[in-house]
Amino acid sequence: MNNKQYIGRQSISFTNGPYIHAYASIVGKKEGEGPLGKYFTKIVEDDFFGQNTWEEAESALQGETVKLLLNRSGVSPSDIRYAFAGDLLGQLMATSFGLAEYNIPLFGIYGACSTMGEALSLASMTIAGGYADRVLALASSHFASAEKTFRFPLGYGSQRKFCATWTVTGCGAILLDSSSGSARVTGITTGRITDYGLKEKDNMGACMAPAAADTIYNHLSDFGRAPDYYDKIITGDLGYVGQTILIDILKTKGYDISNVHMDCGIEIFDINTQDTNAGGSGCGCSASTLCSYILNQIEKRAWKRILFVPTGALLSPVSANEGQTVPGIAHGVVIEAV
Amino acid sequence: MSDLINTPNDNSDTDQMTILDKAVNTTDKQKQIINYEDYVKRVTPTKSLCMNMLRAFLVGGLICCLGQFFLNLYTSQGMNQDDAGMWTTISLIAISVILTGFGIYSKLGEFAGAGSLVPITGFANSVAASAIEFKKEGQVFGIGCKIFTIAGPVILYGIFASWILGLGYWILKISGAL
Repeated sequence: MNNKQYIGRQSISFTNGPYIHAYASIVGKKEGEGPLGKYFTKIVEDDFFGQNTWEEAESALQGETVKLLLNRSGVSPSDIRYAFAGDLLGQLMATSFGLAEYNIPLFGIYGACSTMGEALSLASMTIAGGYADRVLALASSHFASAEKTFRFPLGYGSQRKFCATWTVTGCGAILLDSSSGSARVTGITTGRITDYGLKEKDNMGACMAPAAADTIYNHLSDFGRAPDYYDKIITGDLGYVGQTILIDILKTKGYDISNVHMDCGIEIFDINTQDTNAGGSGCGCSASTLCSYILNQIEKRAWKRILFVPTGALLSPVSANEGQTVPGIAHGVVIEAV
Repeated sequence: MSDLINTPNDNSDTDQMTILDKAVNTTDKQKQIINYEDYVKRVTPTKSLCMNMLRAFLVGGLICCLGQFFLNLYTSQGMNQDDAGMWTTISLIAISVILTGFGIYSKLGEFAGAGSLVPITGFANSVAASAIEFKKEGQVFGIGCKIFTIAGPVILYGIFASWILGLGYWILKISGAL
């Protein structure tokens, strides 16, 4: 454990990577009707999750997901040493009110839609460093609370551009364990804030693609790997526009990932029937896709190794109104079947 | 939906890559911003302008026809033109607010764009939608403070513009031009 585990410019290769002991995901009705519907642990029809406000609804979504995870793993909250969790709302409202009842020591984190990657990275480091044996990593988003925070009231009749994405109502939670599980986190590459100066907040795929490219490029060079080392390189919520850009940028840097690339935002909705424009987005998009379809494929050993790269657009309603650019960030996590 | 979308031209592929290459592999920040913006514009599909205009024309026109229908109805009931106009406005606003409450106006807006935004029903929708959304934050800090979140600029600059015009009218009047 005293071995040096950091490699290259911004990566860690764990000598004893933590195991994914259990995972759970809950999504809303629309996501449940999408192509990945059968993989989610639970689909909730009521967008309010039995609550009165959208913020309370997202808190309930987080709380329920943790409850499901605990039931699936048979672990009690007192056995979990830390939680790393976040959401998109101001001051992490959903996390603060959703996880309070569990009394798990908490690090609240904000990485925009890349939060699940950040949570998994920190949780893995905590276990690999010997600071804990069981750690929870979780992220959520809710369509209505995100619309309210970042766009317009829900009933307002405005038109979306094609490049706009649809915030996923969903939460994904993973319980990492130091000794047993069906998959393992074997390395991470922490993303840098990458900004190509774009100000178009509707085109988040284009704002985040350079960050995803930067993280993937640095990951491959830090580890000395080629793209086809992985069965899949999975970004969070670039959507159709962002996917094109990511593949193009990496081509200019000499890597072709078009055969192995997959984007959670593209997979989670059906573009032809669900009217979601460029795809899904939000912390819940990558988190719920990871904790359903992706980990399922790894458990079945259909995929042996993946690079999971959730992408975040680091804007706030204030920074956008003040004419700032939309910087992006993306965190890479290597997950391997055991 | 796919018939609505202008997919970027594939013939310009190599062009695109040259521009992107200039954006990615440079240390000049200013050039990066310009080239990346240019590249993004080329690869981002947009909705067809003609189709959007047609939809806006249809829905906007229908809303205006509905207004005319109310106006004719009220005048045929013996109202004078002024009163009938007032009641027409009230009727359109009522319909818009009810449709907003049932979540239908937002769907209409997604389809029609400016067609449902520009008429008075769009204004009513923006006020009602805010009221519904922020009701949970209380009568004062919720509805009170935030009801004009979207409509506020229209009210402020509408009044300001009419003040400017009034001032111009007044100046022309005292200078004897009118």
